[in-house]
Amino acid sequence: MEAVLEVKDLIQDFGGLRALNEVDLTINKKEIVALIGPNGAGKTTFFNCITGIYTPTSGTMFLRTPDGAAHALNGMKTHQITALGMARTFQNIRLFPEMTVLENVMIGRHCHTKAGILQALLRDRATVAEEQDTVDRSYALLETVHLAEYWDETAKNLPYGAQRRLEIARAMATEPCLLLLDEPAAGMNPQETLELKRLILSLRETHDLAVLLIEHDMSMVMSLSDRIYVMQYGSPIASGTPEEISKNPEVIKAYLGESGNA
Amino acid sequence: MQRIFKALVAALWFMVLCAPIMGLLLLPDGTASFRWQRLAVLGTGIFFASLLWQWYFEKKERGERLFGGKAQAEEPVHRESLLRNKSFQRISLACVCAFMIAMPFIPGINSIYQITIWISALIYVMLALGLNIIVGLAGQLVLGYAAFYAIGAYTYGLLYQFFGLGFWVCLPIAGIVTVLCGLALGFPVLRLRGDYLAIVTLGFGEIVRLVLINWDSVTNGARGVSGIPRPALFGCPMNMQWSTTYLYYMSFLAVVVTIVVITRLKNSRVGLALQAMREDEIASEAMGINLTQVKLTAFALSSAWAGFAGVLFAAKTSFINPSSFTFWESAMMLSMVVLGGMGSILGVTLGALILVLAPEYLRAFADYRMLLFGATMVVMMIFRPQGLVTGERRHYRISALERKGD
Repeated sequence: MEAVLEVKDLIQDFGGLRALNEVDLTINKKEIVALIGPNGAGKTTFFNCITGIYTPTSGTMFLRTPDGAAHALNGMKTHQITALGMARTFQNIRLFPEMTVLENVMIGRHCHTKAGILQALLRDRATVAEEQDTVDRSYALLETVHLAEYWDETAKNLPYGAQRRLEIARAMATEPCLLLLDEPAAGMNPQETLELKRLILSLRETHDLAVLLIEHDMSMVMSLSDRIYVMQYGSPIASGTPEEISKNPEVIKAYLGESGNA
Repeated sequence: MQRIFKALVAALWFMVLCAPIMGLLLLPDGTASFRWQRLAVLGTGIFFASLLWQWYFEKKERGERLFGGKAQAEEPVHRESLLRNKSFQRISLACVCAFMIAMPFIPGINSIYQITIWISALIYVMLALGLNIIVGLAGQLVLGYAAFYAIGAYTYGLLYQFFGLGFWVCLPIAGIVTVLCGLALGFPVLRLRGDYLAIVTLGFGEIVRLVLINWDSVTNGARGVSGIPRPALFGCPMNMQWSTTYLYYMSFLAVVVTIVVITRLKNSRVGLALQAMREDEIASEAMGINLTQVKLTAFALSSAWAGFAGVLFAAKTSFINPSSFTFWESAMMLSMVVLGGMGSILGVTLGALILVLAPEYLRAFADYRMLLFGATMVVMMIFRPQGLVTGERRHYRISALERKGD
């Protein structure tokens, strides 16, 4: 199996606080990996490190693009990492609220289009064609997340579950090989969670996608992921298949406390 | 009953507040006379205004329309408003253009005075549209926009004074100079946003003005630069009426070019990136937008427009000094953008025209001009904080839907 993302000995200090302590994590091609742990375990910090929002104190991170080349992510800017093929969603939805649903997805195409100011002013044939291509691809993505009928609606008017799906569509528009989902099922009802699960599975098949997700909904994590990493206080305490994790005494201790006083 | 009591309190309060200004008349011999009548009129007016005010807000809170029944809970997705109607748009655009072109030849309003007012209105339209790039589209609050305007004007003024360069040579040079200044300001403030950016740009505006005042040997200080020539038409000398008319047409052309350029920019890939940055910087960066590049682009484009407008202004007045580029100018330009509706091209154009032309044509009420101005702004911000024109939305053609329609 080829690794899409390989993180070794990642350390992130905030002043005297060590938010991430020697985290090792590997994601293989087309694998769905879950990152779980109690609140404050450092899961979102980990996301922010590998997407370049934070600069890690030490450690190495490699992303392998579909052409087989491995890129060191250390020192790269967020937008460069996105262009390489890592896209993310946010724990508290961060759409562009005043823009339309379609425009939100079109923004995702930014790093795969080229038109600059001069082209914008001249509007030559190539630019118009590129723009139409962006519109059509974005619309197609909206169809895959079942939001096509709302394409001309302002994003902030969408219901909560739809906003989560729109965030996924927007992330998919950047053509990622690795998709990071930060609590995608938060605030969803069981029916919506089920649909989300189907969506993630189908995206993996159609786009050869690897997925790393942070999630608190255990039934979703257990049924969806191929492997699970468990974190506590910034350190990884266990990793393995869902069965292994659900039987791991360390994990049970982290979630439920000592067996005696649980 | 409670409402009436509240209105009475408001009326009394206003009467007390305004008594020194409106109720007292100081006579030259040192005595004062009271004008109770005026105060009574004011009180009555405020009383009824207050009742109206309360009635409006109570209705608004209950979610009712101002006139006629309850507001519908959900508005239809595709509203067919008059503004979105294509043929209405074309006809009104043609009418406006026809009026603007014919304006210098319509008897009664074609005096030099009138045309000059319109030239300055057009220059402000350019300025407001330029400011709209950075404030309305990119969401960066810039308070020192007059600085770029000044740099543009002084570039022309000084290049003429020292090197004898003409209007057409100076126009692109002023553009380049202001772009460089915009970038120079943009680099250090890349990490700032919101109020911090506002303060820094405010400081920049003051720095430029103070440099212009104090760098006596070059800028001639507060005395300014005078004798700046108007643009010539193939070197033909023109009389005052004709050169004003010529400048008017050039300003009009410049505004048309500005509107076309900014519309295209707004609807382009770059424009979308600017708007994404306004909405959420972190999310837009995570979507692959290079924030540094986009922000600097916004600064550069926006300042270039102020530069062009500055050159036109210098040509129009033929005399410039630092007092034309105070903070008041920056505040006015920002008001035009906010009043018109941030990001909306039609709105900002209207906002600029209203804020320049209304004071000119309301000279009859000169004493109350600023009072009216202030009151209008307050009322606007309460009832329509999003500006005059909103929801200007681009229409996209989707191939998949069109195929289905066939």
